Amino acid sequence: MNLSLSHFEAAILFALLTSLVFGVVTKKTDQERIKYGLQTFGYFVLALFGIAWAMKLGHG
Amino acid sequence: MANTAVSAPTAAPSAPFQKVVTAVALAWLLPGAGHFFLKRPIRGAILSASVVVMFAFGLLMRGAMFEWLWTSADMLTTLIYCGGYIANNAAGVPYYLATWMGYVQPDVAGHVHDYGTKFLAGAGLLNVLAMVDAYEIVTGEKD
Repeated sequence: MNLSLSHFEAAILFALLTSLVFGVVTKKTDQERIKYGLQTFGYFVLALFGIAWAMKLGHG
Repeated sequence: MANTAVSAPTAAPSAPFQKVVTAVALAWLLPGAGHFFLKRPIRGAILSASVVVMFAFGLLMRGAMFEWLWTSADMLTTLIYCGGYIANNAAGVPYYLATWMGYVQPDVAGHVHDYGTKFLAGAGLLNVLAMVDAYEIVTGEKD
């Protein structure tokens, strides 16, 4: 079985799983963990769109 | 006269060390198991699911495993391949199971394969974070 994901889907999946782990291992309380996980995911998505637009504009 | 009331020895120094080694080794071999061993089942389950799902997606996207390739001619190639090999191994049993069951995927062009390769290495690196977390819990640096 081969899975074919788009760039966006694969990057979002990577961001989601990585944010989960970052949230769990970084902070001390559950509330801080959830907040940090969501924050990290948001930064990933922001960077994803930022880099995508930069590449689009860079290529003209 | 020498004082005969010698205080009882504190806990054997080997006991905490054994616990540290067990927790970190479990965290490496079975993602999340170190946290289960340290009675943090929810965090263990989240870490386990994250690492295993990322590794599984890497396999489904037919990502390539890295080989140990040491060449003095090109340090960047050495860094990428040896680093990737270490990252793949850090995933523990999922990696050894996949290679034992004959998973072989040559490094071919295509964004899906490329993401798959990064997912396989990324799963190992996330497991390294889980191992460090288990170490910090067992040494009391973290709750």
